[in-house]
Amino acid sequence: MTIDALTGVLVIPAIAAALLAVLPGYRITARINVVATGLTLLCALSLFFRRPEPGIYLLVDDLNATFIVLTTFVGFTTSIFSGSYIGHELEIGRLTPPFVRFYHAMYQVLMFAMNLALIANNIGLIWVAIEMATLTTVLMVGIYRTHEALEAAWKYFILGSVGIALALFGTILVYMAARPVVGEGIDAMVWTILVKHADAFDPALLDVAFVFLLLGYGTKVGLAPLHAWLPDAHAEGPTPISAVLSGLLLNVALYALLRFKMLLAVNTGALAPGPLMVTLGLISLVFAAFMLYCRRDIKRMFAYSSIEHMGIITFAFGMGGPLANFAGLLHMTMHSLTKSAIFFAVGHVAQVKGTQRIADMGGLTETHPMLGWSLVVGVVAIAGLPPLGIFMSEFLVVSSTFARAPLLALVLVFGILVGLAALFLRLNSIAFGEPRGPVGKTNASYVPMFAHLALVLGAGIYLPPALVTWFQNVAGLLG
Amino acid sequence: MSRIDFDIAHLLAGTLVLISFLELYQDRLYALLNVYAAHAFVLAASVAWQAFVQDAPHLYVTAAIALVFKAIVIPVTLHRIIVRLGIHREIEKVVGVGTAMLAGMSLVALSMVVMLRVTHGADPLAREDLAFALSVVLLGLLMMVTRRNAVSQVVGFMSLENGLVLAATGAKGMPLVVEISVAFSILIALIVIGIFLFRIRERFDTVDVQALDRYRGERR
Repeated sequence: MTIDALTGVLVIPAIAAALLAVLPGYRITARINVVATGLTLLCALSLFFRRPEPGIYLLVDDLNATFIVLTTFVGFTTSIFSGSYIGHELEIGRLTPPFVRFYHAMYQVLMFAMNLALIANNIGLIWVAIEMATLTTVLMVGIYRTHEALEAAWKYFILGSVGIALALFGTILVYMAARPVVGEGIDAMVWTILVKHADAFDPALLDVAFVFLLLGYGTKVGLAPLHAWLPDAHAEGPTPISAVLSGLLLNVALYALLRFKMLLAVNTGALAPGPLMVTLGLISLVFAAFMLYCRRDIKRMFAYSSIEHMGIITFAFGMGGPLANFAGLLHMTMHSLTKSAIFFAVGHVAQVKGTQRIADMGGLTETHPMLGWSLVVGVVAIAGLPPLGIFMSEFLVVSSTFARAPLLALVLVFGILVGLAALFLRLNSIAFGEPRGPVGKTNASYVPMFAHLALVLGAGIYLPPALVTWFQNVAGLLG
Repeated sequence: MSRIDFDIAHLLAGTLVLISFLELYQDRLYALLNVYAAHAFVLAASVAWQAFVQDAPHLYVTAAIALVFKAIVIPVTLHRIIVRLGIHREIEKVVGVGTAMLAGMSLVALSMVVMLRVTHGADPLAREDLAFALSVVLLGLLMMVTRRNAVSQVVGFMSLENGLVLAATGAKGMPLVVEISVAFSILIALIVIGIFLFRIRERFDTVDVQALDRYRGERR
């Protein structure tokens, strides 16, 4: 196999993982981590210009190129943040050097698994990659070895395992549907071949398959009745992992779901996957919006906000059509950037205050202006206020829904407003008022946070025409 | 396919469903593990039979994994963990035997109705296998929700996974079956290690007390 950009996004994290697993010393390994994710990002960017022909295992098209670039970009900035975050954890002794080595190796394995899931052209391979990503994040969530971290990891483990088990059953059913048409063997699991012949598949079998896939991968997306693992995993793991979980892994699971949705769209006899996704999306949105009110832990609160936004994104993709898909893609990108920026800020805040309890934080804009105001901007963005990017994408979702299903749009707006109020209620006590808790200096890395927020602000004010055309093109692919 | 081939495959898959029911009402952990070992043993026989009938030698690998790993290594390991932790009497069921059995029966009926209806195009062997496999999967899920003990939840998950392997081997010519069964074995091995670490810490209080002081959850 020749070395091209596509193998690059897999080989670089794999080599880096092997290196980081054996190298000692925190400073050098943190740098290697940054360099490796940076190189992966460069490889991913080059996929825009030159891409190899799809094989039976790997595939790059406009849809997953978008996802890969987003994933590798956030992976890169998170690795910079992770450098200073993990340095602090080492200092205060929450992590020991062997655990840091393990953490860095796992970080690269996670990048590998997510990239593999995104470029896989084989529905079996997608499943294996998502299982791998789940296992690595389980190990990272439990890395602090406290009672709560282990419990969170265990819960995530059991629920995630059930989810991927159901997804596997769905995958087997898709194979069963494809076999009479495509023939036995590996061809009947290759996505590009499946989508060509999907019209001739047995619709009833595809229906059942999609229900299993929706429940299975939906667990990993964090959709409402299946979300129970998500807040625990976000709150108890290291903050860089919360950023990667919220910003990337949820997207990867959603991507798998979208691929199967595209399969069903080709088959005229099969059920429309849209209404199912719309329902789950709305339930997640409204449920999470109300749950935001009684949060006392800051990371848990933003975890619920992730459920809320994944609900909106799933809703948009469920509605379908060029405009809603466009809005969904834009919202997904904006949410990934904003939410990881918020987690960067929250990570440093929690380190300064030595706690994650909202009650023990206060007056951040006075004591730590840079952190405090970044958090304010992040929350304003995530709540969907202008002029930031999420306002625009949410506006597009809402307006495209009003044109087609006004009643659903009412529920949508209701959920968004309830969530917005909850976020501002909490933000007020964290960022303003009397300073509470320790006010020590922080050794924060501001660059990733500012970069993300600048991108979100930029996108809110002016979206370059090239980007618009690109997203429109991808939205067209999604059908 | 000859009549007898079909009948034997049917018999083995049906036995698997039956053993899932047996697991459902065990109220002692040792007995549960023994029943699970039987479950895995029947699965191994079923997979081996599929390998023979479909003339697919790679499936023998899956059968061997089921036999060695699931029917012997895992039950023995769990047995030792239970002894070490001294939890063999701990059985906390959420619902009674009668309710669980009734729920199980309706789940089996459900999977028959669903699968037989949607697969009328497929060949009869794969069709019935899939219906049985879905029953095993659903019974495994039922077991996971009706038990509170970590070990019996894991047994539930493992029998759920046996159902998946049954479905994958029943789908004729499906690629990656061996790889998937290996991936699942790794998953299960990690879960078992997980229980060990988790329960040990809970029981003998090796958790750092400071860590407990810094508890940041929301329940207490």
